[in-house]
Amino acid sequence: MDFNLIFSQAITQGLGVQAVIFALAAIGLNVHFGYTGLLNFGQAAFLAVAAYGLGVTVATLGLSLWVGVFVGIAAAVLLALLLGIPTLRLRADYLAIVTIATAEIVRLIVRSVTLRDVFGGSDGINRFADEFYALNPFAAGLTLGPLNFSRNDLFVVVVGWVLVLVSCLIVFLAMRSPWGRVLKGIREDEDAVRSLGKNVYSYKLQSLVLGGVLGCLGGFVFAISSQSVQPDNYGTDLTFFAWAALILGGAARVFGPVLGSILFWFLLVFINVALTEAVRVGYITFIDGTQVGQIQFWILGLSLMLLMIYRPQGILGDKRELAFDVK
Amino acid sequence: MSSDDRQLAAREALVGVAQEPGVAKPDPILVADGVERQFGGLKAVDVDHFELQRGSITALIGPNGAGKTTFFNLLTGFDSPDNGEWTFNGRSLAGMPAYKVARTGMVRTFQLTKALSKMTVLQNMLLGAPQQKGENFFAGLIAGTWRSQEKANTARAEELLAHFKLDAKSDDFAGSLSGGQRKLLEMARALMVEPDLVMLDEPMAGVNPALKQSLLDHIRELRESGMTVLFVEHDMDMVRDVSDWVVVMAQGQIVAEGPPLEVMQQQAVIDAYLGEHHDVSLDSGSPA
Repeated sequence: MDFNLIFSQAITQGLGVQAVIFALAAIGLNVHFGYTGLLNFGQAAFLAVAAYGLGVTVATLGLSLWVGVFVGIAAAVLLALLLGIPTLRLRADYLAIVTIATAEIVRLIVRSVTLRDVFGGSDGINRFADEFYALNPFAAGLTLGPLNFSRNDLFVVVVGWVLVLVSCLIVFLAMRSPWGRVLKGIREDEDAVRSLGKNVYSYKLQSLVLGGVLGCLGGFVFAISSQSVQPDNYGTDLTFFAWAALILGGAARVFGPVLGSILFWFLLVFINVALTEAVRVGYITFIDGTQVGQIQFWILGLSLMLLMIYRPQGILGDKRELAFDVK
Repeated sequence: MSSDDRQLAAREALVGVAQEPGVAKPDPILVADGVERQFGGLKAVDVDHFELQRGSITALIGPNGAGKTTFFNLLTGFDSPDNGEWTFNGRSLAGMPAYKVARTGMVRTFQLTKALSKMTVLQNMLLGAPQQKGENFFAGLIAGTWRSQEKANTARAEELLAHFKLDAKSDDFAGSLSGGQRKLLEMARALMVEPDLVMLDEPMAGVNPALKQSLLDHIRELRESGMTVLFVEHDMDMVRDVSDWVVVMAQGQIVAEGPPLEVMQQQAVIDAYLGEHHDVSLDSGSPA
């Protein structure tokens, strides 16, 4: 078995574009769920509207990439308001149902045949990020120990991690403030917060917007890194992988979603490459190479279950914050 | 003025007031008219007229299902009535959302205590402080805009916590407090809002006898510091002990009012608690 290959690929992915995308999505979810207690099962929609906002602005309308970024963020804010205004007065579980439905509606709209001229149907939109790569300051790719990035990947990854750090800083500043305290109060008991004179509805809406905008940055990274947006990349898998990253790292912790996302992709790729290698060399004979794709998710799912049983607060979480969760 | 003097003053102010449902008070802080709330076929609250004397401790009693908590919810904006008008300090509150009601200086607690368990006791208190600039998202990002206010609020919160003997717990999670301590915390947190009227929904429920005495003292102190108190309670000893005026509800309506000792003697009250025909022997009634 080629352990160099296994670790090199796992570490490169654990610090790569995928990890950045899911870290950003999970940071947004952390604002929603970890701090405010909002069950958002439609995070993929925020990434989708941002990615499509960018793609449509550049490829369909022929405007600059930076206008596209602005359009994408505006679309995420609009989506948050559209989702929140009718549903945030309802109980938390209704929000979960509405968000998952909304994310699917968004995906089905952008892949529809009728709107093919705008969104490109199931092929999506391609090659719209040249303007971004033209700014690449790196002369060559990077090969450092196990890390291996091409020139363009290196640029995306560096910009991506800067975005992750900036998002973490915003979350840190917001959550130590009295504003963040109101959100945490709402997570615990919104009626109590209401009885103290806080406009709970407005705070929930603000939380939905903030988490949506932070998550939508992941949509930009996704779109730019692959120079394409495709509707089926924004399905429910994306949302639930982001949830897995959040829970793994620890909710209501600033770096929880970041650590969770890195570990999630490291483990996923590690299991995949290790199994593939083991099959190739002949250590494992009862499955073949094509079955590895499924088995890696079995193993990952099992590890998440074990984590939930033995460390329900995630890696960075505080046990005490869970101990009193008996309502 | 000592506690006894205050009680005397509060009771004296109510001396001439007739003992009848919906009677006018000399200096009402809260006046409600025609407040009705229907749940399907059941009229849970149907209050013609209600006035609450400023600076008094008023008990709202009545059998289970009389509509006391629903009336509380309506007055504080946690539920909306089908009909009705009410004013607090001369300001109409009908149709106002709960958070705005709280900002006018009318703060409630809950029958099932709502301590915010995964926040510390001090954080619970600070959440009650009004007009914190840092509760705006953008101002919140810049600590300089709210630090000094936070400091002043923390000082006030610590003072209140010391008074309620919770200061040693200030950095503990509220979820680790005992049931009685949570009641104290909820009351202290309500005071952070700087209310004129404190509405306590069953403050004694689930509190041990030793703590009850200190809770009673705290309620008296609210009146001493110039607040008005309206509370729902089932514990009659407590009602007799601490209240200046008692309002009795049954089947959604106010059926009697009066000073604590006298009101218990009224026929309407006995009927409400024991049933209208409790003193009629079974065989002398009309055959079924």
